[in-house]
Amino acid sequence: MRRFLDARTGGLLVLTLIVALLPLLLPNKFYYDVAIKTLLNALVCVGLNLLIGYAGQISLGHAGFFALGGYASAILTAKYQWNGFAAMAVGMVGVGLLAFIVARPILKLRGHYLAMATLGLGIIISIVLNREIPLTGGPDGMSVPALRLGEWRLTGTTIWYWISGGTLLVAVWLALNLIDSGVGRALRALHGSEVAAETAGIDTTRYKVLIFVVSAVFASLAGSLFAHAERFITPTEAGFLRSIEFVTMVVLGGMASTYGAVVGATILTVLPQLLTKLHDYEHIAFGAVLIGVMIFMPKGLVPTLKDRFRHLAGGRPR
Amino acid sequence: MNKRNFLRAAAVLAALGVVGMAEAQAQQTPIKIGSFLAVTGPASFLGDPEAKTLRLYVDTVNRAGGVNGRQLQAVIYDSAGDARQAVTFVRRLIEEDKVDIIVGGSTTGETMAVVPLAEEAQIPFISLGGANVIVEPVKKWVFKMPHSDRMAVEKIYEDMKKHGKTKAAILGGSGGFDQSCRKEAKDLAAKYGITVVADETYAPTDTDMTVQLTKIKNTPGVEAIVGCGFGAPTAITARNYRQLGMQNIQFYFNHGVGSQQFIDGAGGGAEGMRVPVAALLVADQLAANDPQKKVAEDYTRAYRAAYNNEPVSTFGGHMYDGFMIAIEAMKRAGGTDKAKVRDEIEKTKGFVGADGIYNMSPTDHMGLSLDSFKMVEIRNNTWKLLY
Repeated sequence: MRRFLDARTGGLLVLTLIVALLPLLLPNKFYYDVAIKTLLNALVCVGLNLLIGYAGQISLGHAGFFALGGYASAILTAKYQWNGFAAMAVGMVGVGLLAFIVARPILKLRGHYLAMATLGLGIIISIVLNREIPLTGGPDGMSVPALRLGEWRLTGTTIWYWISGGTLLVAVWLALNLIDSGVGRALRALHGSEVAAETAGIDTTRYKVLIFVVSAVFASLAGSLFAHAERFITPTEAGFLRSIEFVTMVVLGGMASTYGAVVGATILTVLPQLLTKLHDYEHIAFGAVLIGVMIFMPKGLVPTLKDRFRHLAGGRPR
Repeated sequence: MNKRNFLRAAAVLAALGVVGMAEAQAQQTPIKIGSFLAVTGPASFLGDPEAKTLRLYVDTVNRAGGVNGRQLQAVIYDSAGDARQAVTFVRRLIEEDKVDIIVGGSTTGETMAVVPLAEEAQIPFISLGGANVIVEPVKKWVFKMPHSDRMAVEKIYEDMKKHGKTKAAILGGSGGFDQSCRKEAKDLAAKYGITVVADETYAPTDTDMTVQLTKIKNTPGVEAIVGCGFGAPTAITARNYRQLGMQNIQFYFNHGVGSQQFIDGAGGGAEGMRVPVAALLVADQLAANDPQKKVAEDYTRAYRAAYNNEPVSTFGGHMYDGFMIAIEAMKRAGGTDKAKVRDEIEKTKGFVGADGIYNMSPTDHMGLSLDSFKMVEIRNNTWKLLY
């Protein structure tokens, strides 16, 4: 059992099963919609977790990358009649470049300067999306044409559930492989001690920039998929609070745990929907859950539970 | 009757009773009216009275026996005026709550964001948003209650013409309603012999409009300002307008400011501003033979009695009209069949509401005419009917 949990393929298999079987429990389109949002948030968090959990850097601008990807798809397909997949690719390349240009000089410095820079970047993106009304439709957003695969229009929540789910699984697989590769080991060394890593001959800047760009591209892809799935996008997606939300998802689920990122994204996406029944107390309940988790499980949900489970199973705690 | 027969008879009666109760229960499933409103956030001037009005009238109608013998149930979500949340909530209303009709959407932005959902799900949707784009071009399942921004601009330009003012500055937000109003103001200017000499924009979350107003102040020859907006930014604009001592330039706001909260929020800055609004705000000043007088006064009385003497707003009036048109249509359709109810809403004729007299048609999903719009001036912190 322990070997099974540890194994890369085992976890991925469980996640695949969950994604494959979940539709049996989804009674209607509304739940599908929540599921799609969960999967896409998880996609962003899997990328962001690489940065926070492994490279030890915080980004407060990932909502900006998410929105840039979404608006790249929205604007290029709606206003310039581009093919949706081409627009998506252009968004990812553009966001990747932007992330590289911003991160390259900053990540040469030690410390949390990236958080400041991404905070600023996110706010700039948000302002531009709000103010460039002829292009973006301003604060009320714009509608997005359906994604087309040849003659086939990809619409409907069921199709988008499978697209989002498939993409997430591929992303998780990529992330797990990355972590287990030389890059991943270099990153963990870097997270442990930057000086030690450098002494061991690791080009820390290069790896930090690489992982930042990768996580930004994940966010951009999620944004593009979101825009086509929802068929509508507003600049709220780029807001500072959304960036905080992404970071919270990663921290709640458990830093340096890819599945933790997925769990964190799931909880923080689904919980507010469940809590609307409580109406006026929604925010209080939401805050209480977060505080509780942080007090009793400071490592985050998944790593803490995993440790406890191992402990119970008689293994030694990590 | 021996004991055995008696028991048999009793069993049959009991069974009948159970069936009868089940039938009664089926009739008793409530009619669900779904709504998403900007109860909080920058557009709460709109959403708050709308939510209160809906609750009030659902209760009133239920006490009077409901519609077609069924009780009403309101499902209200707070969208905070955010199109993103509106989309989520409307999906929820349609798929999860399975409402029979949607009456809501405080702002144009959130309305436009959910129009595709309502059209796709084929559910009648009565919007409370102001802009023309909602019903032009006509969308099969979408109706709207308030006067359009075009009508507001027409009314304002008429008043400007009457006072010999020809040079206008436009000031408004970047949201859907404001943008639409701005477009109408530019398109209609030539028709009324008016030139637009300045055009300034603010963001819906801005807390200071001094920059925009100063630019207008420094533009030579501005005789009137046409304000396109609603909610908190309009009150801030009015306050800044007074702080900058710009009262020599006549300020007109569109009908997005029709609530006492605007006047109070402006802190005296709204004095002398002119606004085209629905008759509801000046119910007591209407002529005795005005067909709207009774409706407006009845609504005002009911609302104030239910909510601690709170002044009425035109926004609550939009909800009143939307709600009434919806249940009238259900009564005529004899049920909640969505297609039938939609057809009946479209056939609404001569309905006297708080906003005016509605005459809908397949080509007009708003149904109001310009003459039900009143020009009022704000004097002594209240509305004064001009004409």
